[in-house]
Amino acid sequence: MAKRPSGLTFLPSWVREAGAPTTVVHGLLSYSAMSNATETALTAAPSDVGTHVTIDGNEAAAHVAYQLSDVIAIYPITPSSTMGEWADQWASERRPNLWGTVPSVTEMQSEGGAAGALHGALQAGALATTFTASQGLLLMIPNMYKIAGELTPTVFHVAARSLATQALSIFGDHSDVMATRATGFAMLASSSVQEAMDLALVAHAATLESRVPFLHFFDGFRTSHEVAKVRPLGTGELRAMIDQRLVRAHRDRALSPERPVLRGTAQNPDIYFQARETVNPYYLACPAIVQNAMDRLAGLTGRRYRLFDYAGAADAERVIVLMASGADAARETVEHLRARGEKVGVLTVRLYRPFSAEHFLTTLPATVRTLAVLDRTKEPGSVGEPLYLDVMATVGEAAAVGSAPFEKAPRVLGGRYGLGSKEFTPAMVKGIFDEMAKPRPLARFTIGIHDDVTHTSLAYDPSFSTEDPATVRAIFYGLGADGTVGANKNSIKIIGEEMNNYAQGYFVYDSKKSGSVTVSHLRFGPRPIRSTYLISRATFVACHQFSFLERLDVLRTAEPGAVFLLNSPYGSAEVWDHLPRGVQEQIIAKRLRFYVIDGNRVAREAGMGGRVNTVMQACFFAISRVLPREEAIAAIKHAIEKTYGKRGEAVVRKNWAAVDSALEHLSEVRVHDRVTSAVEMRPAVPDEAPEFVRRVTAKMIAGEGDELAVSAVPADGTYPTGTTRWEKRNIALEIPVWDETLCIQCGKCVLVCPHAVIRAKVYPPARVEGASSCFKSAPARWRELGDARFTLQVAPEDCTGCALCVEVCPAKSKSEVRHKAIDMMPQPPLHDQEAINWRFFLGLPEADRSAFNTGQIKDVQLLQPLFEFSGACAGCGETPYLKLLSQLFGDQAVIANATGCSSIYGGNQPTTPWTVNQSGRGPAWANSLFEDNAEFGLGMRLALDKQAEYARELVTRLAPALGQLGSSLLAADQSTEAGIEAQRERVSELKWALTGLDSAEARELLSLADALVKKSVWIVGGDGWAYDIGYGGLDHVLASGRKVNVLVLDTEVYSNTGGQMSKSTPRGAVAKFAAGGKPGPKKDLALMAMTYGTVYVARVAMGGSDAQTLKAFREAEAYPGPSLIIAYSHCIAHGYDLRHGMDQQKAAVQSGHWPLFRYNPELAKDGQQALQLDSKAPSLPLKTYAYNETRYTMLAHSNPEAARRLLDEAQKDIQARWRFYEHLAGLPVNETASSTASEGDHD
Amino acid sequence: MIDLSTRYLGLRLSNPLVASAGPLCEDVGSIRRMEDAGAAAVVLHSLFEEQITLESEYLDQHLSHGTESFAESLTYFPDMGSYNLGPDGYLEHVRRVKAAVAIPVIGSLNGVSTGGWIAHAKKIEDAGADALELNIYYVPTDPEMSAVQVEDMYVDLVRDVKASVKFPVAVKIGHAFSALAHLARRLDQAGADALVLFNRFYLPDFDLDRLEVVPRLTLSSSHELLVRLHWAAILYPHLRADLAVTGGVHAGEDALKAMMAGARVAMMTSALLKYGIPHLKAVRAQMLVWMEAHEYESIEQMQGSMSYWSVREPAAFERANYMKVLSAYALPTEGGSGAAERPA
Repeated sequence: MAKRPSGLTFLPSWVREAGAPTTVVHGLLSYSAMSNATETALTAAPSDVGTHVTIDGNEAAAHVAYQLSDVIAIYPITPSSTMGEWADQWASERRPNLWGTVPSVTEMQSEGGAAGALHGALQAGALATTFTASQGLLLMIPNMYKIAGELTPTVFHVAARSLATQALSIFGDHSDVMATRATGFAMLASSSVQEAMDLALVAHAATLESRVPFLHFFDGFRTSHEVAKVRPLGTGELRAMIDQRLVRAHRDRALSPERPVLRGTAQNPDIYFQARETVNPYYLACPAIVQNAMDRLAGLTGRRYRLFDYAGAADAERVIVLMASGADAARETVEHLRARGEKVGVLTVRLYRPFSAEHFLTTLPATVRTLAVLDRTKEPGSVGEPLYLDVMATVGEAAAVGSAPFEKAPRVLGGRYGLGSKEFTPAMVKGIFDEMAKPRPLARFTIGIHDDVTHTSLAYDPSFSTEDPATVRAIFYGLGADGTVGANKNSIKIIGEEMNNYAQGYFVYDSKKSGSVTVSHLRFGPRPIRSTYLISRATFVACHQFSFLERLDVLRTAEPGAVFLLNSPYGSAEVWDHLPRGVQEQIIAKRLRFYVIDGNRVAREAGMGGRVNTVMQACFFAISRVLPREEAIAAIKHAIEKTYGKRGEAVVRKNWAAVDSALEHLSEVRVHDRVTSAVEMRPAVPDEAPEFVRRVTAKMIAGEGDELAVSAVPADGTYPTGTTRWEKRNIALEIPVWDETLCIQCGKCVLVCPHAVIRAKVYPPARVEGASSCFKSAPARWRELGDARFTLQVAPEDCTGCALCVEVCPAKSKSEVRHKAIDMMPQPPLHDQEAINWRFFLGLPEADRSAFNTGQIKDVQLLQPLFEFSGACAGCGETPYLKLLSQLFGDQAVIANATGCSSIYGGNQPTTPWTVNQSGRGPAWANSLFEDNAEFGLGMRLALDKQAEYARELVTRLAPALGQLGSSLLAADQSTEAGIEAQRERVSELKWALTGLDSAEARELLSLADALVKKSVWIVGGDGWAYDIGYGGLDHVLASGRKVNVLVLDTEVYSNTGGQMSKSTPRGAVAKFAAGGKPGPKKDLALMAMTYGTVYVARVAMGGSDAQTLKAFREAEAYPGPSLIIAYSHCIAHGYDLRHGMDQQKAAVQSGHWPLFRYNPELAKDGQQALQLDSKAPSLPLKTYAYNETRYTMLAHSNPEAARRLLDEAQKDIQARWRFYEHLAGLPVNETASSTASEGDHD
Repeated sequence: MIDLSTRYLGLRLSNPLVASAGPLCEDVGSIRRMEDAGAAAVVLHSLFEEQITLESEYLDQHLSHGTESFAESLTYFPDMGSYNLGPDGYLEHVRRVKAAVAIPVIGSLNGVSTGGWIAHAKKIEDAGADALELNIYYVPTDPEMSAVQVEDMYVDLVRDVKASVKFPVAVKIGHAFSALAHLARRLDQAGADALVLFNRFYLPDFDLDRLEVVPRLTLSSSHELLVRLHWAAILYPHLRADLAVTGGVHAGEDALKAMMAGARVAMMTSALLKYGIPHLKAVRAQMLVWMEAHEYESIEQMQGSMSYWSVREPAAFERANYMKVLSAYALPTEGGSGAAERPA
């Protein structure tokens, strides 16, 4: 093989003249040319190598990226968001980079924006970086081509994640990074938390030297969120790795009027091709540069990496090739199999692009007979996935030209694994090796699933395990709200940092935001931990909620002789008889050591409420004896002080008290020798659930979705709606109880219920027959309905216990005011009777919509919600608006939903809250992306309008055959519900009539007949979408004049990704990326939309005025053009008890922070003022509203001066804006104002 | 030249007008303006025992709520370097006020229980305050709790705080005690360097529209001065400790009455909130005018001049006076409505 020149000897001469070195520089640099200030910064900090930290992969990568950058452009996207958050936090703490200056960290409006800003920063000579994943990376692709094409050094750090295809997935695989492999970026993969740090540095060093931009990636969640004990890189290592002359060379290439150049030209056929080939030397040089950087790092740290790392038998015949975290599981398996004498090996790909065939071939053992190349991505329709194709080409070419190290070209198999964070375990690796040993192995396979459709999957023995017996393996089942994960993160830090142990923590969350179950997997032990998969054999199992025993098989993973710790309301003497049968069986069969503690009581008595975390953590340390007891307790207390110290002494003392009390209340249970329990596990769904729900959904609910075969899952991502009703989560500790004697039947509780679990019906008195004796009803307060009865019923198993309904209830007892028409009461004693009552209630007839006035709340409460039991946060402020939408327009609605909270609680598997009425009609819902939702919804409108137009044309063409029906269909007035219903009946008649006509046109019309019925298109999303990433599209859609309704659920922050600032965030509120309080004012999206003069705009807050909200929804739907409703949505990210959400909405309105108004261009047509202010002038100081919320008070605590100043400014904003609105509302009516909105009205 | 100076808590003050604990004292600029307007000392707003605990717990609760539950949003807020919880923010305020003004600065601590939190008294001393006002406010709602137990609690608290600090400690109390004179003496003996008469509390009011109990605190008016004058006059002869009157001091006359009852200082908040900080100047001028007209040379000359022992009829401060007041009301007033209503 020809000797490849190393370093930058191929650089064009003009670059060399600009000061770039012509050889690779190793080791420490000479700083003679640097300014004094920079020199000081670079030499001041001592190396801190040798110490350990316990951190996750995101922090590890960000640690390096931050120090080596001076401009950082960011945008949140799971699972990479925390890298940007770290950068922002460090900048707000004024932490300097390697050069002693604080990097500039800027949040952009999208990843596309971040890439653009980064491109500009690089062109202007900055050392710039960004962090992203998944769709975010896709939005960066256009700029990535440019950045690479211009040979610009930069590193993008990516927590690799699946792409949205048949569904969105926030979890890890390589689909995103593989989609960028043609951009010209080098691609460097890290397998572990340590590598995420080390290779981040290698990437930054190599990009400067090679001028090839780098994409440094690691597996989303598996590495980005795994907490592990690592050796941090100190400034000494960073300094030694970064060649200051290369930094200067980069700056020297920057755009500057001092030495102007032109970049980004347009080239013609004469030179574009040649120019494209000019970069080849840089790519040829890149692998050696990377290996050099790796070697230098090894010299500094002792940690050695190679472009391709081989582990296994020197004479291996079967070798697996893969990259990132799966490589560690494979390596662990290879070591295990080698000990049994098997000739196997694993080749870990680190530098994937530029792919160095030379390095690959020299790394591979010459003895290899079979290669299995594993890709964590899927390219439907391709010959094979990317890594497979690269290996295939490399091996094939080498064999053809005779440069291969092996005598006979090995057979190459291609396999897919681990998509969307599917587990990848040693058992699967063993399964692959077994397949490779077969005489006729599957050439293309999948592993980890059961593919019963195209039979790609390999069988494997799931019981195969390579777990190290010296490693302690602990699993903890907790509720999100009980703090289990936080405590376990603390524990792993304690174990990692206080002991001479390796440690690893990984955390599994569920798909619901309220009542969510968390499972923590902790490993620690004397040997390095490469187990990049969940624990399947636990030596310790803790169940932090007693109720889980009936829902989850918590002891499934317990090894014989393991310890079982249970948070139990029953003491050691009586707990046995309360255990479900399966739990008793496993305790006996596996001879478990069994401990109990009434953690809830201990926590409650210590003033910790439901947070049992500290109590259970103390018990874990006490029982597991990983540390001597006294030492462990001291360490926990120290950790508590470290974690909570800055939140105040009271919190620390409370937690300390919980630790002490925990140890006093912990006791071991004498295990019985026989099973006595009659308690069985609860079925995931009831028997009467539909077939799909029983067969598929139930498995997911039960946590057994991994067992579903390919054939069980819809091929195109289409799922039935109305499935949350089958998932009885039973999570409320208290539920509302109705007092029918006090109730005034106003409907406010039904309106605000975020989960549609409190409902009202009015029905004939005879229907109450057959109800249980405790089923309540009262005379209905609708005079026109005579002796009808009214019932307000709660779904006890679906309620989240948020208590919004109780807070909003206006009816109080005259003799004891604390008693309202609904009060919260403990759920367990009510559960059985109310579950029966709920079922009876569902059997009562739904409201006859024509009998009620949908213009008043009192009546709207009776309409069936077609959005129910979502997994949104308890007390969610968004969902009541969606429920209202579904009550008013659900049976005619098509919904385009932007990615965000509403797409998660609306569309995350296993169940969906969108449902159907008794006619089977209900909202049809789809999510496209985050950035394109307005356009997505507009597309729906265009299609529906076109179909309606074509259908009308067909009706016209078929008029002779259809007679009167045809003209009635065309003349139908569908402006009212009755009109729509009448049209539906006509369409039914039409379909009947068409079946008798044998013509192409009749068949066409039959397939499009439903288009003759009015459809309501709703474009729904949060402020992150509407104000930021989707604003361009939203603006265009509003300008289109088409009849779409846009509902912005405005929480003033990126709620779904964890509270990052949006342009809707108010001045002075703290958010991630605005840790110092947002300095600028909230964008006035409503005002911007009003300037078109053709858009119906309403700003609503249900707690400010429910009647105004209702009016706005109805007017928006009635308006013939585009409408925009911006709805104040209180949110968990505001930081207060959401039971007061409606009061807080009211305060937002009274303070003028959220003025209510409606802007209706139709009124202008009639000579009236289009803008109507629906709330009064601000009457409450902003402070009174704002300082109920932690997002504001935390700034007052952390920086009182800034808080005061920003509050002052925000108060002035309010006054100024109100004056402006008043002015607008009082302007003389413009006679010439006309709406073009009707252009889009084809109804 | 009339001498307005007085001694309070061992401090020589240029005049007896002191700005008492209130919202104006939360702002250094306002305190500077109060000094300019003639305030002889300032009592800072209170550091509340419960507030420290509650703010800490509230912050913890809401920073933790909903975290580590859902994979996309493991937290909702950025991690701040520090939160200025506990006394740190307050102590910083003490330091900044001390640096900003020349008049004595009296810190204020509000609580009921003896315990770890009294360490904050020492911290206030270390931050540079010239003295401490210990504001004790306790509503004994438990029917099992006796008056003796309540009073013991007050006395224990004062003793513990005194033992923890070297600077003077004033004790601010309410007047709802069955044996106020006795309690005052016990507090005196426990080491209180002054008694501040009296606390004004938030009182629960009823919102009839919402059927809710709402806390209410209205600004004081001059008529509230009377109960303070009454008790200052009674206690003056019996105590070693200084007396301060706070509540209802709105005009020069009010301050003069307080002095005559035996107070060393007259404290003002409501009047300053109502009329503005420059009102201090007016009050001082009113005092001087009256003293000049009545040929007083100094404030100290009049302090206690109308106290229990100094008046001709001490019974005026006792129950006997009750009869007198009633009959006085029964008498017609000149030109008043009472005269018109008298039967002819």
